[in-house]
Amino acid sequence: MNHTHPDVPIGLRSAGLHCACLLMAAAWSTAVHAGDPAAGARAWVREYPQPGGVPARSCVTCHTADLAQPGRHAKTGKSIEPMAPSVNPERLTDPAKVAKWLGRNCRWTLGRACTAAEKADFLAYIETQ
Amino acid sequence: MGIHTQPARLLPGSLIAALLALGAAGPALGDDDDHNDEYDDYHEHGERHVGRWVEPGEDVRPVSNAAYAEECGACHMAYQPGLLPGAAWQRIMAPDALMDHYGDDASLSDDVRRELAGYLTTHGAELSRKSRARAFGVGDSGSGTLPRITATRYFRNEHHEIPSRMVEGNPDVGSFSNCNACHQGAGDGVYNEHRVRIPGYGRWDD
Ligand code: HEC
Ligand code: HEC
Ligand code: HEC
Repeated sequence: MNHTHPDVPIGLRSAGLHCACLLMAAAWSTAVHAGDPAAGARAWVREYPQPGGVPARSCVTCHTADLAQPGRHAKTGKSIEPMAPSVNPERLTDPAKVAKWLGRNCRWTLGRACTAAEKADFLAYIETQ
Repeated sequence: MGIHTQPARLLPGSLIAALLALGAAGPALGDDDDHNDEYDDYHEHGERHVGRWVEPGEDVRPVSNAAYAEECGACHMAYQPGLLPGAAWQRIMAPDALMDHYGDDASLSDDVRRELAGYLTTHGAELSRKSRARAFGVGDSGSGTLPRITATRYFRNEHHEIPSRMVEGNPDVGSFSNCNACHQGAGDGVYNEHRVRIPGYGRWDD
């Protein structure tokens, strides 16, 4: 399977969803990197300063640094299920959902869209948790 | 919540299944805007038994769209469409507005956005037969860039006596937008004052 879908990030490949690969390829035709979990781990905690006294933002702001723990939405306080597939097997099983949230969360946290490589790193890291 | 959906999936099959399940549940979900209007007055006063069903006594019609419950319930409770008039929902659901959604990014693909906008505008406050929902449709919904339920005249009238230490100063509430922090039945559209518990302060008796 890996060789037939080289452009699918590792996290989703190992989720073993065959039909997902097609959706994935459509959603992320630019994702060509296998993803580096260590780079993803560093990017997960990287803080992005905000103007006007707004606290710096990172993925930790809502998801916590320990992915096995539930998070909390920084603004609304709503609890967020753990990100780690080891405790929350539904994570990274729906490519459209993953693409949607990476789009939103990158824009909100980094102030711009993530590159395909950055997305692949995030997913590779989450997948190891 | 009025309905329970599979959290991580929006695949067509399960969506259809969820919608079928909704249809089958019928009156228990309180889609009574379309029939038994005569019970509406009873809804104003908490729970009632009507025939074989326990009427939930909701003030606004519970959410009855699985995609809406999932998409618009991810960051906060999925607000019932009856909490704002259709014109206000229309503004909230504009593509640019969703990109800058009260300081967050709630953007959607165009087909999902259109579906949810259609659901909201066809169930807006001004179209409801429930008097509390209708009250949310009266007057403006705030002078901010986006309308707010919490800025409607009716909302402000009902909440102006609550001190800010119980809301903004309360880590378990944070803001008035968090209806379900205080209204125990908020997910089912029940907002009467008898089902209010303010975290850290308990029941509300005025
Ligand atoms: C402002 C709060 C917030 C921040 C900051 C945030 N997220 Fe999220 N994220 C959410 C919410 C809310 C969801 C959807 C709710 C859920 O699935 O439980 C979500 C879902 C996700 C998902 C979908 C997972 C799945 O398969 O269900 C991924 C992946 C994700 N976030 C990655 C990130 C990354 C990477 C960052 C940092 C760049 C980040 N998030 C920062 C709030 C946030
Ligand atoms: C990515 C997170 C996120 C998603 C997804 C989201 N919202 Fe929000 N929403 C927020 C935040 C943050 C606020 C501001 C809360 C506050 O001020 O305390 C908000 C506020 C609101 C308010 C105003 C509440 C008030 O104060 O009266 C409405 C109405 C609303 N959202 C509707 C929606 C609808 C409809 C959708 C689905 C299209 C949606 N939201 C999806 C994050 C989100
Ligand atoms: C801080 C807690 C709190 C939050 C958050 C809150 N409410 Fe309330 N709400 C109350 C209290 C307390 C009352 C009763 C006020 C009174 O009777 O003086 C009330 C009354 C109401 C009423 C009138 C009920 C009646 O019996 O007449 C409605 C409708 C209502 N709230 C809707 C909402 C909605 C919708 C939201 C979210 C957008 C919300 N509330 C958020 C505490 C809260």
